[in-house]
Formats: sequence, C-alpha cells, structure tokens
Amino acid sequence: MWIGLGIAAVILFSIFLMYNSLVGKKNQCENAFATIDTMLKQRYDLIPNLVAAVKEYMTHEKETLTEITDMRSKAVSGGLSSDEAVDLNNKIGRAIGGIMVAVENYPDLKASDNFQQLQRSLNEVEAQIAASRRAFNAAVTDFNNAVEMFPTNIMANMMSYGRRRLFEIPEGERKNVNVKKLFDS
Amino acid sequence: MEKLDQFEKYFDEELRPVLERFEKRRKQIVKRFFSILAVALLIGGIVAISVEAFREVPALLLFVLAGVILVVCVTWWILTRKFVLEFKQEVIAPIVAFCDPSLKYAPRGHVSEMRFRESEIFKSRIDRFRGEDHVRGTVGATTIEFSELHAQYKTRTTDSKGRSRTQWHTIFRGLFFIADFNKHFNGTTVVLPDVAERLFGFLGKKLQAMNLFRGELIKLEDPEFEKNFVVYGDDQVEARYILSPALMSRITEFKEKTGRKIHLSFVRSNVFVAISMTRNLFEPKMFRSMVDASVAAEYLRDLQFATGIVEDLNLNTRIWTKE
Repeated sequence: MWIGLGIAAVILFSIFLMYNSLVGKKNQCENAFATIDTMLKQRYDLIPNLVAAVKEYMTHEKETLTEITDMRSKAVSGGLSSDEAVDLNNKIGRAIGGIMVAVENYPDLKASDNFQQLQRSLNEVEAQIAASRRAFNAAVTDFNNAVEMFPTNIMANMMSYGRRRLFEIPEGERKNVNVKKLFDS
Repeated sequence: MEKLDQFEKYFDEELRPVLERFEKRRKQIVKRFFSILAVALLIGGIVAISVEAFREVPALLLFVLAGVILVVCVTWWILTRKFVLEFKQEVIAPIVAFCDPSLKYAPRGHVSEMRFRESEIFKSRIDRFRGEDHVRGTVGATTIEFSELHAQYKTRTTDSKGRSRTQWHTIFRGLFFIADFNKHFNGTTVVLPDVAERLFGFLGKKLQAMNLFRGELIKLEDPEFEKNFVVYGDDQVEARYILSPALMSRITEFKEKTGRKIHLSFVRSNVFVAISMTRNLFEPKMFRSMVDASVAAEYLRDLQFATGIVEDLNLNTRIWTKE
C-alpha cells in the first residue's frame, strides 16, 4: 500500500511541476510580446520627429510622409487585431526604411545635426525592436517545445494549450540593416 | 597589412640602433650567465665528490642539485630583471606607439583586480592576482585597455600525517581586454565557452538552465554560436540587443581565428574579453639575436591582435544613441 501511495505522490508532484512550467512558459510569451509593444511605441514616438525633420527638404516624398503619419495614428489609436497590428508595423518599418534611403538624395538634410541624432535614435529603436522580437521568438519556441514534447504535451493538451505563432521578420525590415550601413560610410 | 609594410622601414630607421645596443648587453648577460652556471656546477660537483656523507646516503645529493638549480635561477632573475624592463621601455613602448600613437604602455602595470571582478566572468575567490604589459588608449571611437593577467586561488589540504600543503590553481591566465561597447546597456550578459551542451546535448541545456551562480540562460538562434558558447544574463531582451546576429557571427569567427578558449562579458556598456593563453607576450628573447625584424614584427602582430578586437567586434560602428 505504501508503494502505491508513493507512486501516487510522485505522479501528483510531477503534474504540479508540469502545470507550473507550462503556465510559466505561457506567461513568458505574453511578457515578451508586451516588450515588443513597448519598443514599437517608442518607434511611434519618433515618427512625428522624423516627419518634421525631413518635411522641408523632401518635397518629392510628400505622399510617403502623409502615409506614414496616417499609419502611425492608426497604430496608436489601437483596436487592431494582432495580425493587423503586425502587418501595419511591418508597413511602418518599410516606410521608414524608404525615407532613410530617400534621404541620400538630400545631402544637407543628411548632414544636419538634428537628423543625425534622429537617425541614431531610429537605429537604436530598430535594434531594440529586433532584440525584443528575437526574445519573443525564443520564448515561443520554448513554449511550443513544451507543448509538443513528451510528457508535457499530455498536460498541455488537457490545459488546451496549442502551438503559438512565431513573429517572423519581414523581408523589408531585414534590408534595413543595409540602409544603416550606407549612412555609416 | 599596411602597417606591417611600413614597419620594415620603421625597424631599420628607429629600432635597429636601439636593438643593437640591447644585443650587446644580451650577449654579455648570456656569457655571464653561462660562466656562473659553470662555476655553480663545478662547486656542486666538487662538493658532491669530496664530502664523505654523500657516499653513505646518496639521496643527500638531491640537496646539492637543488642548491645548484636555485643559484642558477636566482642568477638568471638578477641578470635579466633590469634588462627586461629597459627592453620593454625602449623597444616595446615605441612599437606600441607605432601601432597607434594614442596608446599608452606600462610594462609593469596591469588591468586592475577590481575591473577583472567587475567583468563577472570568473566567479571564484582570487588569492593571487598578477599581470604585466598594460596598454590603454583609444582605437577610433573606442576606449580600450588590456594586459596579461594571471589570477589564482589556493587550496590547503592536510594529509593523514597532519602535514598541510598549499596548492595554487589558475582561474585565468592570458590576455584580458576591456573596451567601451558601442551600445548603451545597464545589465550584465556573460558569454562562456560551452561545455555541457557539447557533451550532453539536450540534457546539457537543461543543466545550464539550472546554474545557480549566473543569471537566466539566454537561448540564442545562431546554431554555430550556440554550439560554441553559453550565454547568461539578467535581461532577455537586453542580451539580444547586445548580441545581435551580426555580433554573434563575429564572436564565432573571432573564436575560430584565435583557436583559444574565449570568455566574454558585457557589463554596464563595457565589453570584457578574456583570451586564455600560456605564452608570455612582449618578452625579450634572451637566446636569440635582438636585431631581427621578424621578432620585432611578432611584437607588433601580438599588439595588433589585441587592438584588432575593436575591429573584430565592430566596436567603432557608432550608429546607435551612444557616441
């Protein structure tokens, strides 16, 4: 009888452990997602500055500037589904990248202190966004592994936890890195 | 390398006269050393043959041998001490200045124990801390500092007869390099050579996560990097902000290039690099001619290896908010 009790205790204990580790992993994903959000907000904050700094010079790119301002207000207002938000932010990233390339045609603007400072801040935010995205993906991978691997998958099934989606880095933003290098020379 | 081409000219014009002076002194020292060695051996031999007691207890001869070795070592130390220091001041210092005029060289200085501890790479208690050949200055936009270091701790064991024995263990020996990192950050991220994962695979990874002396385990996505290193830090996002994919591959390349054990850490906007090696850098070669361009070029190469870390880790790229 004691043996039976012992086995039951061990099983119960491992159930506790699995349950807690799964909940911990799920929360880590959510936490990491919130961090991306914070970083994205920092980028929203920079957009008006960017637009103000380049507006006078960039007469040919007026359209892009209005577009990016609209996208920003849409993003800030909230109420978007997470897929829409991801999509919108990818577009914002691409638009900023586009502006940065266009700046090449305006040497005065490129050389101005104000713009240089802004450029640094943008690079910083982009690096932070990339880092938080990678942290999120690491947390999700960890979670997905737990959901699919034995024996935690049984527990996950009972808790109806399913695989989560990774945050993929869109092609356009990966190219951003090269844009930065252009300015460096 | 452009610098190495210029170096030949520099060697002929500036270093050769100085080295010729040192070559004369070196020959004298070596000659004097061998005479003292001969005399010591002779006296040792005479003592060994003439004293009656040794014939009965030959083990006592070991004492004579030990005496001779001691005399020889002390002589060597006395003879070369001044020479080595002056060599460093008059030959290595100009080579350092040639490498980069902003660099300052102190033959007897070293990276302070406080900074070594600050790196958090090595956690053991330090009982003996030594170093030499301290170089500091700026390379481009990056402030750097490095020196040779040897940190040890001791253990005391008592055997069954009650005799206690002190043993010294090396914590780190090699080149210790510190630079100002090109991004701002507040926390600590430590990059250590990976042992557990290579040996035990998946279970190794679990074991790494349970390390009590370090921060959280940071799992990174570069498989080549993950195979070579294990990363601990106090902030998941900050660690990835520092260890960008580009930097990870640069660190892997740097490790491959050096072929040595490498520890890194990132603490409060500084990067610390500990490269283990047993070779003593920037020492005069007492049994070779001093006036040899290839030997001098080796000093320069060792130096450029260290200052080149700035380039290897791309620290002069200052495109983020930190200038």
